[in-house]
Amino acid sequence: MAEVILEKVGKTYPNGFKAVIDANLKVDDKEFVVLLGPSGCGKTTTLRMIAGLEEITEGTIKIGGKVVNDVEPKDRDIAMVFQNYALYPHMTVYENMAFGLKLRKTPKPEIEQRVKEAARILGIEQLLDRKPKQLSGGQRQRVAVGRAIVRNPKVFLFDEPLSNLDAKLRVQMRAELKRLHQNLQATIIYVTHDQVEAMTMADKIVIMKDGIIQQIGDPYSVYFEPRNKFVAGFIGTPAMNFISAKLVSEGGKTWVVKEDMKVLVPTDKAAILKDLVGKNITFGIRPEDIYDKMYAVAPKEEFTVKGSVDVVEPLGSETLIHANIHGDDIVAKVDPKSRAAAGQVIDLVFDMTMLHVFDPETEENVLAGTHENAQPKM
Amino acid sequence: MIRKLVIYILLVVFALFFLMPVYVLLATSFKPLKEVGLVRMWFPPNEFSFDGFVKAFNKLAPNLRNSFMLVIPATLLSAVIGSINGYVLSKLKFRGSDFLFALVLFGMFIPYQSVLFPLIRFLQDIGLYGSIWGLVLVHVVYGLPITTLIFRNYYSEVPTELIEAASIDGAGIFKTYLKVLFPISLPGFVVVVIWQFTNIWNEFLFAVTVTSDPTKQPITVALVNLAGSQVVEWNVQMAGALLAALPTLIVYILLGKYFLRGLLAGSVKG
Repeated sequence: MAEVILEKVGKTYPNGFKAVIDANLKVDDKEFVVLLGPSGCGKTTTLRMIAGLEEITEGTIKIGGKVVNDVEPKDRDIAMVFQNYALYPHMTVYENMAFGLKLRKTPKPEIEQRVKEAARILGIEQLLDRKPKQLSGGQRQRVAVGRAIVRNPKVFLFDEPLSNLDAKLRVQMRAELKRLHQNLQATIIYVTHDQVEAMTMADKIVIMKDGIIQQIGDPYSVYFEPRNKFVAGFIGTPAMNFISAKLVSEGGKTWVVKEDMKVLVPTDKAAILKDLVGKNITFGIRPEDIYDKMYAVAPKEEFTVKGSVDVVEPLGSETLIHANIHGDDIVAKVDPKSRAAAGQVIDLVFDMTMLHVFDPETEENVLAGTHENAQPKM
Repeated sequence: MIRKLVIYILLVVFALFFLMPVYVLLATSFKPLKEVGLVRMWFPPNEFSFDGFVKAFNKLAPNLRNSFMLVIPATLLSAVIGSINGYVLSKLKFRGSDFLFALVLFGMFIPYQSVLFPLIRFLQDIGLYGSIWGLVLVHVVYGLPITTLIFRNYYSEVPTELIEAASIDGAGIFKTYLKVLFPISLPGFVVVVIWQFTNIWNEFLFAVTVTSDPTKQPITVALVNLAGSQVVEWNVQMAGALLAALPTLIVYILLGKYFLRGLLAGSVKG
């Protein structure tokens, strides 16, 4: 097992397209790192550069302290699980898993022992004689993982391995992969566009957009302290609400104002925001930090906003209210007892300790690093 | 209803029309020589006779052998080389690979009459003129564009991840081909083998120009020579034609169902 270090790594295609720009990343030994971003953000290219399937045009990649820029994939001591599994169709499950070991001239008894052990861990012992086409999606997935495990590599690379599975199986495999990581104590780099996968599995999330790393952090910090508007909007479902508003000082206090919407900024945050008073800002608040006033604990007038309800989505455990506040559509995740109905105007209470303020020009989060909830909740 | 009837009647009429030569071929080949003639051309044989076949086989047997000696190595070689070409051109893209592929394809559109003279001079220079091996070489080279095309298209449907997985597993370029790609190439090989077998077997112009010695000629050339100069024994001629057509028919009957499947591979998801 080993750490992986990317230093100023870039990928420019012959046609001039820059897929990855100046990527710096340190993956610690035994760490589960998820590269997350929308399609085309460069996450898969980054992974493929680590695997050696894609040439590195700038910077260096080190695996286990050794620069691997010009090392063949097979000599990097990595294993990769592909999105479409890429199982060899003419080989049995056993042969698929043994292939890499055979090529490396591992003694037969050892191959057998390692394949059997991997099959046991993954619960596919009864499938060893089958061909891939006789397997279900979930089973193929396990074989693909098994093929990686038997090699006992320094680093495991996963390229969107769950995206071809149905929703239920995906949730199940998610937990299995996490358990596997805990058991194997392996270094894992995992690419996905699904932020739920990233949040649930990662020790460290790397969020990318347009080839540039936006933020690196553990699930709590990318969620509670998004560095910019992109990260804030990408992490979390439903996504964070953004309202373009103005910061106004009035009566010695700082307020977020948009027409007749006027909410108070807590004093500690106001101190940080004092330079922005009088300026336009993008005000961000997560759906779960908005309450239906009827069910809010000790609602205060200075945190209350009127919204006209467009759609109400009861989910059982909670209810999503889609509302409009002076032209900005927002979503509130409220108490399921809420009886708001489409067409009504209701009072919504904002938990302003959780507000985010973004510079409308740079989209940077001005308040990053100020939320005490960034620590795991007990 | 009437529409359907009309369609079927038309289909039957066309089928009969197309089968006419086959009927004459079969009928004549089973007639004894005395029954053969323009007058009785459309009648079935009065007495079945295998004289035509026996005579034709005796005369054509060495050439039949030549044809097999030509077709089997030429087909296999052009298939294997085409398969390797297809692998390289579809999966190991390198600078200029698309241009190279276009050049290879260009070979398909060169009318081969135009290259006959240089071809024969070349074969003379390398000492293969007049031999079956010379003909094998000609057909291998001439078959490469189409076999390369078929395999390249076939391999483009194979997920590139398979090749990448093999390279991570530790297989080099050749091992990847041998252990991963080749074993799943059967549908491609069936298409190419049928195509090449039929084409090379039926080919006449190269055969007649490259081989002048009758003992070395393949069956297509010998068949023409069978006609003789004074009297044409049509029953022998027809039987010979049937003998000459038999191997390609057998290949197609045995492998035909894979042929369409192979041609359609990828276009219809299995």
